[in-house]
Amino acid sequence: MSTTVAPAVREETPFRRFVSEFAASKLALVGLVGFTIIALLAILAPWITPQNPYDLAQLDIMDGRLPPGSPSMAGYTYLLGTDDQGRDMFSGMLYGLRISLMVGVGSALFAAVVGSSLGLLAAYVGGRTDTIVMRIVDLQLSFPSILVALMILAALGKGVMNVVFALVMVEWAYYARTVRATAMVERRREYIEAAECLALPYRRIMFYHLLPNCLPPLIVIATQQVARAIALEATLSFLGLGVPITEPSLGLLIANGYQYMLSGKYWISFYPGIALLLTIVSINLVGDQLRDVLNPRLKR
Amino acid sequence: MMARGVRTIVRLGVVLSGLTALSGGSVMAQSLAIASSAPVTSIDPHYHTFGPNASLHHHIYEPLIQRDAPGNLKPGLATSWKLRDDKTWEFKLRNVTYHNGEKFTAEDVAYSLDRVPKVKNSPASFQIYTRAVVAVEIVDPQTILLKTATPYPLLPQDISQIFIIPRSLGAEPATEDFNNGKNAIGTGAYRFVSYRPGEKIELERNDTYWGEKPHWKTVNYRIISNDGARTASLLAGDVGIIEFVPPVDIPNLRKDSRVSLSEVVSNRSIFLWLDHSREGPTPFVTGPNGEILEKNPLKDRRVRLALSIAINRQAIVDRVMENTAIPTGQYLRPGAPTYVPDLKPQLYDPERAKKLLAEAGFPKGLRISLHGPNDRYVNDAKIIQAVGQMWQRIGVQTTVEGLPWSNFVARAGKQEFSAFLLGWGVSSGEGTNPLRAQIATWNPQRGLGTANRGRYSNPAVDTLIDQAMATMDDGAREKIVQQAMRMAMEDVPVVQLHLQKNIWATRKGLSYEARVDEETLAMGVKPTK
Amino acid sequence: MLTWIVRRLFQAFFVVVAMTVIVFVGVHVIGNPVDILISPEADQAERARIIAEMGLDQPLWKQYFFFVNDVLHGNMGRSFVFNEPALKLIGSRMPATLELAVTAVLFSICFGVPLGLYAGLKPDSVAGRAIMAGSILGFSLPSFWVGLMLIMTFAVHLGVLPSTGRGETAAMFGIQWSFLTWDGLRHMFMPALNLSLFNISLVLRLTRAGVRETLPMDYIKFARAKGLTPRRVILVHVLKNIMIPVVTVVGLELGSTIAFAVVTESVFAWPGMGKLIIDSINVLDRPVIVAYLMMIVLLFITINLVVDIIYTILDPRVRLETKA
Repeated sequence: MSTTVAPAVREETPFRRFVSEFAASKLALVGLVGFTIIALLAILAPWITPQNPYDLAQLDIMDGRLPPGSPSMAGYTYLLGTDDQGRDMFSGMLYGLRISLMVGVGSALFAAVVGSSLGLLAAYVGGRTDTIVMRIVDLQLSFPSILVALMILAALGKGVMNVVFALVMVEWAYYARTVRATAMVERRREYIEAAECLALPYRRIMFYHLLPNCLPPLIVIATQQVARAIALEATLSFLGLGVPITEPSLGLLIANGYQYMLSGKYWISFYPGIALLLTIVSINLVGDQLRDVLNPRLKR
Repeated sequence: MMARGVRTIVRLGVVLSGLTALSGGSVMAQSLAIASSAPVTSIDPHYHTFGPNASLHHHIYEPLIQRDAPGNLKPGLATSWKLRDDKTWEFKLRNVTYHNGEKFTAEDVAYSLDRVPKVKNSPASFQIYTRAVVAVEIVDPQTILLKTATPYPLLPQDISQIFIIPRSLGAEPATEDFNNGKNAIGTGAYRFVSYRPGEKIELERNDTYWGEKPHWKTVNYRIISNDGARTASLLAGDVGIIEFVPPVDIPNLRKDSRVSLSEVVSNRSIFLWLDHSREGPTPFVTGPNGEILEKNPLKDRRVRLALSIAINRQAIVDRVMENTAIPTGQYLRPGAPTYVPDLKPQLYDPERAKKLLAEAGFPKGLRISLHGPNDRYVNDAKIIQAVGQMWQRIGVQTTVEGLPWSNFVARAGKQEFSAFLLGWGVSSGEGTNPLRAQIATWNPQRGLGTANRGRYSNPAVDTLIDQAMATMDDGAREKIVQQAMRMAMEDVPVVQLHLQKNIWATRKGLSYEARVDEETLAMGVKPTK
Repeated sequence: MLTWIVRRLFQAFFVVVAMTVIVFVGVHVIGNPVDILISPEADQAERARIIAEMGLDQPLWKQYFFFVNDVLHGNMGRSFVFNEPALKLIGSRMPATLELAVTAVLFSICFGVPLGLYAGLKPDSVAGRAIMAGSILGFSLPSFWVGLMLIMTFAVHLGVLPSTGRGETAAMFGIQWSFLTWDGLRHMFMPALNLSLFNISLVLRLTRAGVRETLPMDYIKFARAKGLTPRRVILVHVLKNIMIPVVTVVGLELGSTIAFAVVTESVFAWPGMGKLIIDSINVLDRPVIVAYLMMIVLLFITINLVVDIIYTILDPRVRLETKA
């Protein structure tokens, strides 16, 4: 946003520079605004939806498969229609968004913790630890994510926690590789040597000194991985390997509704699909710009 | 029916419409393509007791006793059968030849019965149908005696499941040799041509068949397990007939002038099991505030009845099943042998349900987790959600959980659930089958209550079941079976929901006589003119 | 070089062993295939007999031992469901998956390269920007959803393409292929396009980046100065140079395309290996699951190995022996 602050007093803090560079792309800003709205809708779902779609007491099967705009027995309007159980699609979609985001963000965070810890460890300890960790990372990255997830779900069975676990298993290697690469560069810097001279404990050096400096690439990876996780979760749910029917994520809503598209009841599947699409695209737009801004190698 | 695979639910092409009408089922072509809903797992008729297999095998092989469309027994390779004494059955055999020209004789019957328990790696053996026979006596090439250890009135029903193959196949013919066609020799109306697992089977008319000559010269039996793809292939004219028409497509197909439907109420009922196995707390039922109950409330008939009359079965049939089912209060279809006419579906009465719960000591209701498979029966996961809604209305706070069948069936078998959805198809078509498998007290030694997953036990019913099994007179036995079923159902061991309809859709110009046993037979598909 | 290959092979061996152990333990914990396959009317004795016959009553380590023993004798086990060798089953489904994956890869080049070229040559034009924005969509869209939308659009609303299935096939080398018949090609178009979407975006971006990098190079300037037509400069000099990375990446992606076919095959009811594995997971048909995963793991390891070896041969700067 343009301000009236005189350019002369502009202070070039790294954060400001980051903000201005990020804002250079309009598309990225659109993505950010879009994602913020989507996230707010998901977080505030219980307060803005007319119905709790997971509470069977609030559903009425006699209201099933109503088109968008139909009035409900309880007096409000089904903005986006209802599904076969009489679930308000608007409410169902926002709650589904919540689940998709929770699974996506949760697994990304968890994978980030596991992956970056191992990456840091590999970089800092080096030697055999490094070799073993990186071998596993290389190996895993040579397989496509869907295959790794399928393997895990074949071995563990279906279910939400198993899907989250599979997502973490798929993602952690990306973090480990990125963090290790950055940390390898950083650990030769003077400030680390200084810290080592002070005989600070390993853990302190790793997490207080090394980690913060590895953050920028980590953030980039994390944004991309959240989008990937949401898409993968939707795919797995669609294949019938994912979350339970009673608390459907966006992917499951799409799968459930698809059988009705033919008979003209498009809304059951269509709107959740659009929500999924907007979520992933907005995250990716932000991620793309973050990568350009935070990755010094791409600076021209 | 086997797990219907992944619910990809690609349901489309209905509008694909009249683009290309291929050979699918055109009357002139003399060739019929059938879309089957589940893979045929083998051409070996003694390998796997599995509906889709039996459906295909009836084209190639024949049993001694056949079933007609409504499910009644009729002569097959046996022209007649009768009881010689309480433990000896006499079968008179038909004078026919196999596809390879050999004559069918009593030796083949003995050979086939002998082979059944010897089939290697069978995941579901036909032994359950031959077990009752303890001795076989060949009187002459056209007469054979089957002896049982105790009087066993259901022998004809069991024998109707066993296909006869020629003894010239030798000792222990391998299942693989059936699949590649070498051993696929029977007396049936069609000869085997080729088999591609999970994809298709090709058949050719047996022109020396003893019975009515089938209309179609060749049959292409295709596996299309995806519901939407099956409907689409019919509309596109790729196939002439599809089985297990998905309920969501029914309203559209009824209006479609290119298609005709044929349907019949089946003997497959869908119901909820309630946990009878525990006197103490049952894992998924608690008090209204989540407190653990000292006694299992499901042992109280009033609670079970309340849960049953809280369900609006007609609403489930209308809204969830799209009228592809009828409400029921018992396992059998109206008109089936041993059907109990006065045992009506429980009437929907939420007010009375609340009263019953209060009487039983739960004026504030209960909390229940209702489990069910999500990939096994038609709309299984939707049914439990609908039941959940209805239980909520009488103050039973219900959460529902749909599980993949592979996981669900293992846990249900260990009595891990308190209330759960299952289905049962009555293969024999009469009442002793569900009574012995479902209602009888669980007794692995005697092979009783094998599917009694709720562990219901009622000694009075058990006595009647034993009595029925010792009664060789059909009329007298029917009365006892009806009495046992009435007594059991009034105690609400399970909450019966509905009986599914078997529905086929054919291209216009073809007709199919809907079969109670779910089988799709090319012999039954005929041009309307 | 030899030690490196040996080490890689050892690593591959380790992965296969680890994977089979995990799948064995996992499938064992989920449930028992007999519970799914058995006739509901069977009693306890019957169930126990079948379990014993399939060897599922043995302790798991023993089952695993038997499995390893069989594999060493060239036997990957028999499907619990079909009682046919697992490899034979997978083999019969493989052509369908292969032709789909190969077509998808061809699509990614046919669509990706021209679009990328345009976006690279005219990066600031509206179309160039639109192509780049579109490629973000290509990366973002979950492929199953795109598949559904394709079916809705082309099969249901426009009615120009068949919705699902493989269509007519014709035999070549004794195997049935769809690409040999017109009907088969029509059936293949949408699933192949769906499967190639991600790769189109990938190739498009690679090409664009390559063009942007190559254009300022001296030899391009020289070629232009020589008076060659812009067409020839681009088609011969620019394109030739960027095709090497593009082809490498596409080759590498063939493996993941085969893996991602699982999703596409489910959406379009395409009877390939992917559908088989999903069905097998549903009925816990362990021999098929294990055989499929082993095969695909080996496939990946081979692809990676071959690519690495070719790299060392082509580019002397890459030294494999250097310590990791």
